[in-house]
Amino acid sequence: MNQRPDLDTAHIAATGAPAAAAAIATAVASAAAEKDATPAAAPAKQTSVFAHARYVISENPVTGLAFGLFILISMCAIFGPWIAPYDPLASNTTSALQPPSAKHWFGTDQLGRDILSRVMVAARLDMLIAVASVALVFALGGLSGTAAGFFGGWTDRIVGRIADTIMAFPLFVLAMGIVAALGNTVTNIVIATAIINFPLYARVARAEANVRREAGFVQAARLSGNGEWRILLTQILPNIMPIMVVQMSLTMGYAILNAAGLSFIGLGVRPPTPEWGIMVAEGAGFIVSGEWWIAFFPGAALMLAVFCFNLLGDGLRDIVDPQRRT
Amino acid sequence: MTTNTLLDVRDLTVEFMTRRGVVKAVQHVNVTVAKGETVGIVGESGSGKSVTSYAVMRILDRAGRIADGAITFSGIDVRDAPEREMRDLRGREMSMIFQSPRTALNPIRKVGDQISDVLLQHVQAQPSDVKEKAIEALRKVRIARPEERFHAYPFELSGGMCQRVVIALALACQPQLLIADEPTTGLDVTTQKAVMDLVVELTRERGMSTILITHDLGLAAAYCDKVVVMEKGRVVETAASSTIFKAPQHAYTRKLMRATPRLGVSLRDLLPEDMAAPPLPAPDPAEEKLEDKSPLLVVSSLVKEYPRQGAPGSLASFFRKKDQLPEPETFKAVDGISFEIKRGESVGLVGESGCGKSTTSMMVMRLLDPTSGSVVFDGEDIGSIPAKEFAKSPMRKRIQMVFQDPTESLNPRFTAERAIADPIMRMSDIRGRDAIRARCEVLAGQVGLPVELLDRFPHQLSGGQKARVGIARAIALSPELVILDEPTAALDVSVQAVVLNLLEDLKYELGMSYLFVSHDLNVVRLLCDRVIVMRSGKIVEEGSAEAVMDHPKSDYTKELLAAIPHPPV
Repeated sequence: MNQRPDLDTAHIAATGAPAAAAAIATAVASAAAEKDATPAAAPAKQTSVFAHARYVISENPVTGLAFGLFILISMCAIFGPWIAPYDPLASNTTSALQPPSAKHWFGTDQLGRDILSRVMVAARLDMLIAVASVALVFALGGLSGTAAGFFGGWTDRIVGRIADTIMAFPLFVLAMGIVAALGNTVTNIVIATAIINFPLYARVARAEANVRREAGFVQAARLSGNGEWRILLTQILPNIMPIMVVQMSLTMGYAILNAAGLSFIGLGVRPPTPEWGIMVAEGAGFIVSGEWWIAFFPGAALMLAVFCFNLLGDGLRDIVDPQRRT
Repeated sequence: MTTNTLLDVRDLTVEFMTRRGVVKAVQHVNVTVAKGETVGIVGESGSGKSVTSYAVMRILDRAGRIADGAITFSGIDVRDAPEREMRDLRGREMSMIFQSPRTALNPIRKVGDQISDVLLQHVQAQPSDVKEKAIEALRKVRIARPEERFHAYPFELSGGMCQRVVIALALACQPQLLIADEPTTGLDVTTQKAVMDLVVELTRERGMSTILITHDLGLAAAYCDKVVVMEKGRVVETAASSTIFKAPQHAYTRKLMRATPRLGVSLRDLLPEDMAAPPLPAPDPAEEKLEDKSPLLVVSSLVKEYPRQGAPGSLASFFRKKDQLPEPETFKAVDGISFEIKRGESVGLVGESGCGKSTTSMMVMRLLDPTSGSVVFDGEDIGSIPAKEFAKSPMRKRIQMVFQDPTESLNPRFTAERAIADPIMRMSDIRGRDAIRARCEVLAGQVGLPVELLDRFPHQLSGGQKARVGIARAIALSPELVILDEPTAALDVSVQAVVLNLLEDLKYELGMSYLFVSHDLNVVRLLCDRVIVMRSGKIVEEGSAEAVMDHPKSDYTKELLAAIPHPPV
């Protein structure tokens, strides 16, 4: 524990000075605001979301890269079956186990199926699982966490204990158990992925709702005749959204990984459906005999997708925060 | 530069790199501080007073840099000195007291240990005698029972005590210059007096120089030898404090002085000379007979109890030593108070932090359930309606509130219009987007908010504009009683003057009653007909504003009044 005042002041300065800078910027902005208080100038003040997004991306090229990747993956997910050069399910034993070439960019697998086509088509299924499970967990975890933080008391205790119970299990094993018990379907993968992410969402939402519980604008909403549930939905939730969006982006990557992991060990999606996890599992056996491309390309796609969503989280936070947009 | 000068700031310009280009926060500032002198830097928010002091310590944020000028501190060129030398200088030669004492202390270490660390670090003590010296340091800043307080954590001390510990830390190494950045903002007026007296006495004793950064002209006048007035990054006036208040030279200084609430002025006097406002309507005969009017709000023997931590049944009581007396199980935040507010009357509720004034206002507001007692509004007992259900009561729209912090009380994701429209949509008969918009525009006009600002978000508005949005929201349903919870505490004095006048005008225009909760007696005197002084949950004194302010009966009121720093008139 170091309490030298010089370090101390330096530390406080490091935290205090940005605030000072921000205060100055606000002061300057408000001074400008008083001046250009004419109807003509007012609309120009508001920057569009698009322009702001462009600013954030130009400030932070990594976010731009992540957005580029995201668009690429989304294109594959939406248009995959139409733009894929071959039928992902058509086997052709004469051209089995071919290395990457001009004809087959990513090579072919043991049944002669084109790996590029399979990776592109698989994007739809993997994205669908990820988006569905994140939407589900946001609805369950986000809302119950917000309610727990806002109402406190018994709501808080019940939601908290549920989250603790889920956290007590090794999460991937829990997901395995749920899929094994409920049956081997895509729906059950979505449910299992949502359940294991529940504590993350509930806790983040609870903490954010809790600090805003007695905020002035919440009290003001009570005075305006809003009931508690309405306050929760119209006042608290929109203010938690920026943090939740970031959380969603981060868990998207995790959800993809989880779905692929389940398929890898034989739960969930079954062959011959193209899915990154199964493709890696199928290709794993061929690595020792030198056919690395079968597992490598779906694995790389998986990695890039997870990487993309993790990077996107930071960029999104800057874009959705209204304070950052002037 | 004479030999007597300790700090010499010449032609200082500080720039900040922002998204919208370079912002000059401070331009061509000249300040000199002589040895043993106390210099006050006074200005409103955004005037560059804090940035100037950060530049002197060279602790500017990375985005900021000293663009031009020179800073010389006892012969050392601060602008170009190597970082190693600056680190040595900070703390030993110049130290700083920050605005919020609680955040300046490490929350998980005992205050005594924190002082010991500093003493050991700068070789002011040996491990063998460090504890005695730390206790001595605590005693010097007048902390009662320093041997016990040595073992206290910051959260166990009051705000004033924490600030004393911070002062002890700042003075531990006998620096030559102390920079106090709003050291008493957020402290009660009596604590402010104690802390400032202490700082001045200790620095005089040691022949130290002090820079006091403040927005409060009265405070600067009371404690400084010289005052530097800053506006928008520039120094507009520098003069001895004895002369500056008698004969202010610059128009801005005069404006600031006018806007500061003080003895013997009316609300209208606070406004700048060029802002002509119609005189307040003379009290009409009907109002003379205020006594005849039926009371709008009657509060009788209102009590709010909170369970004390460590009450019987908890682990703490189990482990408590047998010989210790059990503490009472509850803590009475409000202890049986009764008062009434008549129609069209403004009542001031005054007291220091923790006196129960906010708890009282929350109970009257029906955001908090009282433990016992009754709140009767216009003949109906609203105290018996649970706070949770009151939002749906038809009485809700008759009592509204203006919050203390205009920023915090506006949802950052709602535009100004949406904020004002919220009560209208919930509780009035006005339906349809155009009708609501029209009502919002009328309200904006009433509170003096330009209509085009209605589409902006809170962070795009200035402090005064946000305050106007808050007021517009409170009066949207034409309430009969408005509770004003320190509505100007977060505003600059010149903005405060305008907002107070606005509130007074609205009261006449709409015939509302006010319950004005405040710690600032000068403001209460200007706005209120009657004053209630509270202490520890009880009413200490009650009476007309003039009677309480000019001829206080209780010792506590006298103490409060004496603690207000007054600029010489």
